[in-house]
Amino acid sequence: MNGIRRMWAVALKEFRQLARDRLTFAMVIGIPLILITLFGYAINMDVRNLRAGIADQAGTQTSRRLVADLTATQVIAPVRQAATADELERMLLGNEIVVGIFIPRDFERRLQDPNREAAQLLVDATDPLIPGIVSAVADMPFALREHGATQRMVPRTGRSQQGSLFSMRQFYNPEGRSAVMIVPGTIGVILTFTMVLFTSIAIVRERERGNLELLITTPVRSIELMLGKIIPYIFIGLLQVSLILSAAVFLFDVPLRGTLLDLYVASLAYVVAVLGFGLLISTIAKVQFQAFQLTFFLLLPSILLSGFIFPFDGMPQPAQYFAQALPLTHFIVLVRGILLKGAELADLLLPLQKLGILFVISMSLAMLRFRKRLD
Amino acid sequence: MGASAAIVTQNLSRRFGAVLAVDDLHLQVPEAQIYGFLGPNGSGKSTTFRMLCGLLKPTAGEVDVLGHRLPGDAERIRSLIGYMTQQFSLYRDLTVLENLQFMAQIQGLSRRERRDRVRHSLRAYRLERYRKRRAEHLSGGERQRLALAAALLHRPPLLLLDEPTSAVDPQTRRDFWDALFELINQGTTILVSTHYMDEAERCHRLAILDRGGLVAEGEPLELIGNIDATVIEITGADLKSLRETLSGLRGVWNLTQLGSRLHALLDPGTDRPVERVQGALANAGLQANVSIAEAGLEDVFVAATGKRPS
Ligand SMILES: Nc1ncnc2c1ncn2[C@@H]1O[C@H](COP(=O)(O)OP(=O)(O)O)[C@@H](O)[C@H]1O
Ligand SMILES: [Mg+2]
Repeated sequence: MNGIRRMWAVALKEFRQLARDRLTFAMVIGIPLILITLFGYAINMDVRNLRAGIADQAGTQTSRRLVADLTATQVIAPVRQAATADELERMLLGNEIVVGIFIPRDFERRLQDPNREAAQLLVDATDPLIPGIVSAVADMPFALREHGATQRMVPRTGRSQQGSLFSMRQFYNPEGRSAVMIVPGTIGVILTFTMVLFTSIAIVRERERGNLELLITTPVRSIELMLGKIIPYIFIGLLQVSLILSAAVFLFDVPLRGTLLDLYVASLAYVVAVLGFGLLISTIAKVQFQAFQLTFFLLLPSILLSGFIFPFDGMPQPAQYFAQALPLTHFIVLVRGILLKGAELADLLLPLQKLGILFVISMSLAMLRFRKRLD
Repeated sequence: MGASAAIVTQNLSRRFGAVLAVDDLHLQVPEAQIYGFLGPNGSGKSTTFRMLCGLLKPTAGEVDVLGHRLPGDAERIRSLIGYMTQQFSLYRDLTVLENLQFMAQIQGLSRRERRDRVRHSLRAYRLERYRKRRAEHLSGGERQRLALAAALLHRPPLLLLDEPTSAVDPQTRRDFWDALFELINQGTTILVSTHYMDEAERCHRLAILDRGGLVAEGEPLELIGNIDATVIEITGADLKSLRETLSGLRGVWNLTQLGSRLHALLDPGTDRPVERVQGALANAGLQANVSIAEAGLEDVFVAATGKRPS
């Protein structure tokens, strides 16, 4: 009874301080909006306008037609003309272009010969995405197809000369829009960032300002202090979910196929799990700057290993095991399931349970680490 | 010491790495009295307070506070002590009223008690006018009254005040001490650290600390009476030369200028001190009046903590 009263006292105090701290309050609203806009627009896998250099030594009607067709896809945008393949290479080296299209003098003759490539694409493979995109473009059915030219243009794709064997059917995101793939996970990334950041400084700040020395001489218990500190952030987390979700639906046309209630329940589970991690960091860090560093220490693997960017199933086993300890891994499954596939929580009990387990573990560790002492 | 002891420490020590912050402290703090800790910065006052609150674990020794052994029983004494930290440690971004309400809730007071006591302390510590003001916008004295009011909300029988008056003017200090004597009348035991002599003189008992160790302990008058030094007063025209001459003299521990007088602390073993000083000054061709003077607490402090020639 007294315990609950004390916990609420801490929560109320935290609420008041938060409402008064303009900077933090601006971050509560600002960070999600800025990040969702950045992620939604900038992490764009629908790559367009790759800078291309053209060396058309053939100069025939067919070769000009090929260039025009490639340009029409809007994936490449010719920005440079070159005379030779060497010149294209120099342009690649100088980052003037990222794709070079080389059409040899005997282009027409090569087109007739099924054993030789008719033209060459030079691709800057230092960017992980560009080669795949370009080869996809090269495989597109251009008007030249009747000549059987395009399949043979790309020397090293290793694909069948007969064209693609499989037809691909894309589920849930048939247009292949990257906003639909990226934005739901972004909710999780943003929450990790803001929630962990806010709570990780929560106890460190009291220590730095000297409040803790007084607080721990009172009868308040560790668990009351910890829970009281995270309660306001649960509300803030759900507020942020609403903000990001509105942006996702209205700005990026992300579908909401499941129910809103399921989504909020999943978000709640996720928010408390990351808050637990934030508190744990707060009990480890000595000063706010360390809390900051540790927050990024958690954020980076979350972004890389959770399946947010790279497919989870494609990761090596050890990485997959490690990723189980990251709340974002489970939230990605939940949020993509609910938003995009229209799944219900009943279908997603496992990731929900795992979030619960992570919350219990992180809170317990935080409590074990937190001593009502200064040494 | 008639009354029973609120705090007893034995062999209490605390080490921070190479620094021995508190060195083998034996203390008995009687109930319902004001017990002072007098010592320069770094003498271990705050560290001792923190060990008495259970905030720091002693490196060695034993602590008994109100019948509870520390640090094991630390949670038991939480509601029995009021602690005013050296630095203001309430929330600067909360108002006076919010701070008091928060502390009342944290202390687990009922709704009624909270309302009554917060109202009472606003009145008793003249904070009513500032109830809506944030703590960061209070003056030093107001902030200190707020901290004291907050430390007393749960009516603790033991109050620990760590340099409570270091940032306030003399009048505010006097008012503050009047408030402390009120509390003593109600049976509260108060432990207060200070480096002001006038405050130290007002304590019932006093412990003088230096570099972590206890160098003197007792009632102020007792300490003055038992001073381990001879105090000499010198007046003359050329104080600067007098001072230079005396500072080289063997057996002179310390020289302090008080306006147009010189105050000298001499080794108590000095034979016929007045004559000795007069002789030394005459040898240097200096004119001066030399007499035995009454010691003050400051002299006790200097004698106990000042550097003695080996
Ligand atoms: N947390 C700490 N870590 C390291 N040294 C400390 C710590 N706290 C105090 N000290 C050292 O212990 C000594 C006593 O400090 P303190 O108790 O604060 O003295 P006082 O309160 O009398 O000024 C000082 O030398 C101080 O530097
Ligand atoms: Mg101190």
